[in-house]
Amino acid sequence: MNLPDAAQLLQYLISGLTLGSVYAMIALGFTLIHNATGIVNFAQGEFVAFGALIAISCSTTLGLPMPLAVLIAVAGVALLGAALERAAIRPARRASVITLIIITIGASIFLRGIAMWVWGSDALPMRYFSGDEPIGIGGASILPQHLWIVGIVLVTMAALWVLGEKTQVGKAMRACAVDRDAAQLVGIPASRMVMLSFALSGMLGGLAGAIVCPLAMGQWDMGITLGLKGFAAAILGGMGNPVGAVLGGVLLGILESLGAGFWSGLKNAIAFAVMLIVLLARPSGLLGARGRQ
Amino acid sequence: MLVVRSAETYYGNIQALKGVSLHVNEGEIVALIGANGAGKTTTLRTISGMLAPRRGEIAFGGRSIVGLPPEAIVRAGISQVPEGRRLFTTLSVRDNLLLGAYHLSWREKRARVRGDLERICSLFPVLRERADQVSGTLSGGEQQMLAIGRALMSRPRLLLLDEPSLGLAPRAARTIFDAIPRFRGQGLTVLLVEQNARAALQIADRAYVLETGRAVMEGSAQELLSQREVQRAYLGRGYRQVWEDE
Repeated sequence: MNLPDAAQLLQYLISGLTLGSVYAMIALGFTLIHNATGIVNFAQGEFVAFGALIAISCSTTLGLPMPLAVLIAVAGVALLGAALERAAIRPARRASVITLIIITIGASIFLRGIAMWVWGSDALPMRYFSGDEPIGIGGASILPQHLWIVGIVLVTMAALWVLGEKTQVGKAMRACAVDRDAAQLVGIPASRMVMLSFALSGMLGGLAGAIVCPLAMGQWDMGITLGLKGFAAAILGGMGNPVGAVLGGVLLGILESLGAGFWSGLKNAIAFAVMLIVLLARPSGLLGARGRQ
Repeated sequence: MLVVRSAETYYGNIQALKGVSLHVNEGEIVALIGANGAGKTTTLRTISGMLAPRRGEIAFGGRSIVGLPPEAIVRAGISQVPEGRRLFTTLSVRDNLLLGAYHLSWREKRARVRGDLERICSLFPVLRERADQVSGTLSGGEQQMLAIGRALMSRPRLLLLDEPSLGLAPRAARTIFDAIPRFRGQGLTVLLVEQNARAALQIADRAYVLETGRAVMEGSAQELLSQREVQRAYLGRGYRQVWEDE
């Protein structure tokens, strides 16, 4: 065990914040679907993997410009999310929550198989969005990609906030989360709202994958770890609470990065330790569940 | 306007409606009274499309509405105020009202929503005062007013009211019961389910008595109010007299 100095500490905080904002996006994907349906979508990690792999194919193989590659990845995974809802969730909508969760586990295995079939089992690299010259700040160095990630996540969250607070569709989604029956009785098509939440979750997961893969590379099974990290973040913040998801993601990212700095090799254990502790000590998470009684 | 013919609705294998038949004419206030578990709420939920009848026919304005999803039935002009109010508690009073108009097209919304909000706020002025408040913080009576207002925002021709006085203080219940007959002036027809049978019969034109999933009696509200069986079973008169004699 080695004690880091101030510059190292700053370095850990920066990479923790970057990683944490990716976890926050994945956690928000869990939250959206959980609020719309009451289920945990274990294919969320595969949304991330498909976002990364599609972006890699578009930019590396097809040579498309980066913004277009990211856009295609996001749109593609949004469609994948909507298709998953249509094909696997809607036909079973009268089934119990447990059954639906098992369906999502099945979907995640199926999607992973497809990913390995299409992209092979090697880790695929992707170039940075812009430049690979690190920027030095107080002894720590930041890659432009770190700034891209944090910036894109901030913009996405602002957009989600506007959707939920300022638009009728967003409010209708929140209404469904509060009381699905009552929403149907005022004429809100609840099943369409569920599909929309899957599409939005797909967008968030796909975007998370596309922005993180220049740092982490893309691989068919990357969704297992990233999905579980996002899930741990959602649990930490309080499943069902969007603010909690963001908070949980950032906290988890920083904890991981600091923990790995003090004691490398600990990194992946931290997320699961945090998840277990929260589940045992405070199952409702830091901010509890909002929007339900 | 609304005709329900031998509707049979099940919860799983349990039959809750064993062939309910009733009709509501345009402009009427019709009450459904009956004991707990008689099928009153189930009848309303079958009409609003939340439950599908296994047999029977439901026609609204001459068109069958069986099998339509709830949002299509709202669009057809039937709006239900659910039992227990069921507000979107984390959203503001105004947002709750606006979501009531969710199914309208963008053009219809622009033409109507402002006027409709105005109309509902003059019916229940407290909603105007509390427009920006989170709806979960309203009192019971205010919540019921909001639930009714939200249903009115969809411009229904038929309003289904499920237990509007449930859990309310007597004065709040009075406000709600006073408001219902005024809907008629706005071209609204009302089908009312109510535990408080006496209050319901006082504002209704006609009523049905439901018992174990069937409509066992039908008549004008006046007739039912004066009928001995109804008095004993639902108006509590017999019990009170026995109790007072002791």
